[in-house]
Amino acid sequence: MATLTHLQRLEAESIDIMREAVSESERPVMLYSIGKDSSVMLHLAMKAFHPSKPPFPLLHVDTTWKFREMIEFRGTMTKKLGLELIVHVNPEALAMGINPFTHGSAVHTDVWKTQGLKQALDKHGFDAAFGGARRDEEKSRAKERIFSFRSAQHRWDPKMQRPELWRLYNARKNKGESIRVFPLSNWTELDIWQYIHREHIPIVPLYFAKERPVVMRDGALIMVDDDRMPLDHGEKPMLKKVRFRTLGCYPLTGAVESESDSLTAIIQEMLLTKTSERQGRVIDHDSTGSMEKKKQEGYF
Amino acid sequence: MAHVSDLIARDIEKYLESHEHKGLLRFITCGSVDDGKSTLIGRLLYESKMLFEDQLAALAADSKKFGTQGGDLDFALLLDGLTAEREQGITIDVAYRFFSTDKRNFIVADTPGHEQYTRNMVTGASTADVAVILIDARKGMLTQTRRHSYLASLLGIRKVVLAVNKLDMVDYSKEVFDRIEQEYLAFAQQIGLRDVVCIPLSALKGDNVTSPSVNTHWYHGPTLMGFLETAEVADKAQDGPFRMPVQWVNRPNLDFRGFSGRVVGGSVRRGERVRVLPSGKESTVARIVTKEGDLETAIAGQSITLTLDDEIDISRGDMLAAADAPPGIADQFEATVVWMNEDEMLPGRPYLLKIGAKTVGASVATPKYKVNVNTLEHLAAKTLHLNEIGVCNLNLDQPIVFDPYAENRDTGGFILIDRMTNNTIGAGLLHFALRRSQNIHWQAIEVNKQAHAALNGHKPCIVWFTGLSGSGKSTIANILEKKLHALGRHTYLLDGDNVRHGLNKDLGFTEADRVENIRRVAEVSRLMVDAGMIVLVSFISPFRAERRFARNRVEEGEFCEVFVDTPLGVAEQRDTKGLYKKARSGNLKNFTGIDSPYESPEHPEVRIDTVATPPEDAAESIIGHLRGIGVL
Repeated sequence: MATLTHLQRLEAESIDIMREAVSESERPVMLYSIGKDSSVMLHLAMKAFHPSKPPFPLLHVDTTWKFREMIEFRGTMTKKLGLELIVHVNPEALAMGINPFTHGSAVHTDVWKTQGLKQALDKHGFDAAFGGARRDEEKSRAKERIFSFRSAQHRWDPKMQRPELWRLYNARKNKGESIRVFPLSNWTELDIWQYIHREHIPIVPLYFAKERPVVMRDGALIMVDDDRMPLDHGEKPMLKKVRFRTLGCYPLTGAVESESDSLTAIIQEMLLTKTSERQGRVIDHDSTGSMEKKKQEGYF
Repeated sequence: MAHVSDLIARDIEKYLESHEHKGLLRFITCGSVDDGKSTLIGRLLYESKMLFEDQLAALAADSKKFGTQGGDLDFALLLDGLTAEREQGITIDVAYRFFSTDKRNFIVADTPGHEQYTRNMVTGASTADVAVILIDARKGMLTQTRRHSYLASLLGIRKVVLAVNKLDMVDYSKEVFDRIEQEYLAFAQQIGLRDVVCIPLSALKGDNVTSPSVNTHWYHGPTLMGFLETAEVADKAQDGPFRMPVQWVNRPNLDFRGFSGRVVGGSVRRGERVRVLPSGKESTVARIVTKEGDLETAIAGQSITLTLDDEIDISRGDMLAAADAPPGIADQFEATVVWMNEDEMLPGRPYLLKIGAKTVGASVATPKYKVNVNTLEHLAAKTLHLNEIGVCNLNLDQPIVFDPYAENRDTGGFILIDRMTNNTIGAGLLHFALRRSQNIHWQAIEVNKQAHAALNGHKPCIVWFTGLSGSGKSTIANILEKKLHALGRHTYLLDGDNVRHGLNKDLGFTEADRVENIRRVAEVSRLMVDAGMIVLVSFISPFRAERRFARNRVEEGEFCEVFVDTPLGVAEQRDTKGLYKKARSGNLKNFTGIDSPYESPEHPEVRIDTVATPPEDAAESIIGHLRGIGVL
């Protein structure tokens, strides 16, 4: 009897999770962050419901500070796949002009992303939301369920998680409560890249090395993506061949110097590198357990 | 995460090719922090080069701040993810870890060993192919070792590694290892674990983790990593009949009607006959549809969409199955239930039960017994509390399609959900379906007791021997049966020990179980009296109430109570089975006469003083009585 390879097993599990979540919810939505994990999740969704289209819209919680190439890619992909895209921009954050430079990364992330996400979920009445988080990313993620229950206030209580056995997912909730669903829970970073390679999944060009204008800020290479980026006196963007291992708001995402301009080169670099991917993200390092704290408050 | 493999640098395409064809092994580690479990997992991650420099730097910083290794790298911190856990120095929940070697990818369910977390271990074990059970070589087998092994076995894990850790602390002693191995293998046999490998280890020093250690030159088995990389894990369901719970009906337009789900048993091929359950209708697989094109065949584990040749009404929660080997359908079951909620189980309360893609209303009856997970004893129970495991009957409000859990984890495992909070409050394993007793009508029988008796040429009756263990019941009953047999009478001897091997093997020695033990034997005896036989029952049967129950099941004159009267001191001195000694030393609980009462008969038909009467004479005196009442 033939057996499945680990990628086939992961793919089958993710599809199973998506179908189950859709069947057990009234109004599901897929959080689309435009990054590589989201790209894989979207690709799996196209498979899970084929020949139907995925029976849910995509939701992007936009902070207005994303890389321009991400926004462009977002438009191309959703158009190509013929999917409904909801873009939510927190109107309060917009009015207050929240930005990472004057308000700091913590406030910026909380108001734009965490509060913005909650607003969007409430506004549209979504009761199940797919997210592309993986358990190998961060320690508090390692303990989160695949079907993760959220209170009506969108809070996560790590001590009150539902036991999750076999392939039986409990998606039941009362009115106002919701479930976050993580179909990629058991994927590792390497699995994601390998799958992108095997399935020829399109990803944002920012992942590939190219000459880009950057400045050095607190030991991180920050790309000057538009003229909202305030430059210090005498600071001049330098052109360096860089790429991004993870994508977020451009002022908060560090680039790495790299020559890897093909998928296999990226994978090779990733396998030979010695730092983990989230290191490029400023928001995880605010304090020990900061992801756990943010998740409790409703962050994905 | 520098995989050591040179191939990455040399030929990445080739590396990816080989990585793509690797399999996946899921395993669970059981043991407490003291056994070095976190150190072991940390070591496996470290040895497979899964730690990045920034993670190591963070670990070093954390080790200084919270560590318990005097500033050295404390791998436990790598694993204890939640702030609450760090503060309390314990592991609260199941965590999943990932690593890979050149041969395989691994997902580790890391579960804490504390007593109160049976729930977590059961959760982790439910998806595991292999269990790695840790033992501290200095301490040997502990209560928790038994508990972990029992839970692994209960959840259907067939392959177990006993990792005898901290061998460096006992000077890599072969004797220590051999002793633990022997003791464990004997125990594993008892609970049905047949595929066990014991490995001498030092997670801290790295002995036999990835490479054979010179310190254990006397050991010739695999290293832990070597075992995990090569262990054959045959899922029983994979070779079983085709099963696919329908998760979602795929209806993009009027021309397409597909049934989406995951194959959880066997395989399916285009053109094969399938049965739809519960409706029982049959059809043929027209297509196996995927986005990359149709498949000829699909195997267990794959998520697929099927179309059928015939238009059949199928909805979510139905099951597609092999037409020639369909699963069962029932609404009453016996099941093992693991209770996972702070609030105790309430027998009779309406809960929800989810199995596969089906959710139904369900109530759980008062447990038949609960299992002490440390001693494996069966104990009487009125309910189940958090982390308790019991065997109970289930009543559902509609029939479900199922296989016994032992056949298929996915079609035999279920969760229980609270209707108010929607929490998962329990999980269970289906044993078998019960027949609805209200549907069984009493059948009028024309060949009755009198007809049987006439043909046999003698009246039927029960000769019920009661007395302490070792009083001589079985000896006398045996002699009596031989004599009756020689007289041409139809007899049958029901012996307490023998019946406990079969009919009553699910019963322990608590008061509740003893009651049930006697109830069953009384019913069996009654059926045999109906069949016209002389039934000899040799049971301690310590309680008057149950002996009275047995007497009342048959007619006046058909019950002869024989009190085999032996003083406790005499029976204990004989101690033919060595049980009194065990009971006195506290190794045998609920033993009649020692810590469980024996209620002497008030008016037995025959009383035998075994101190004064030889067994032969005793049997003769019973025959005398049977003649007197006209049985002989």
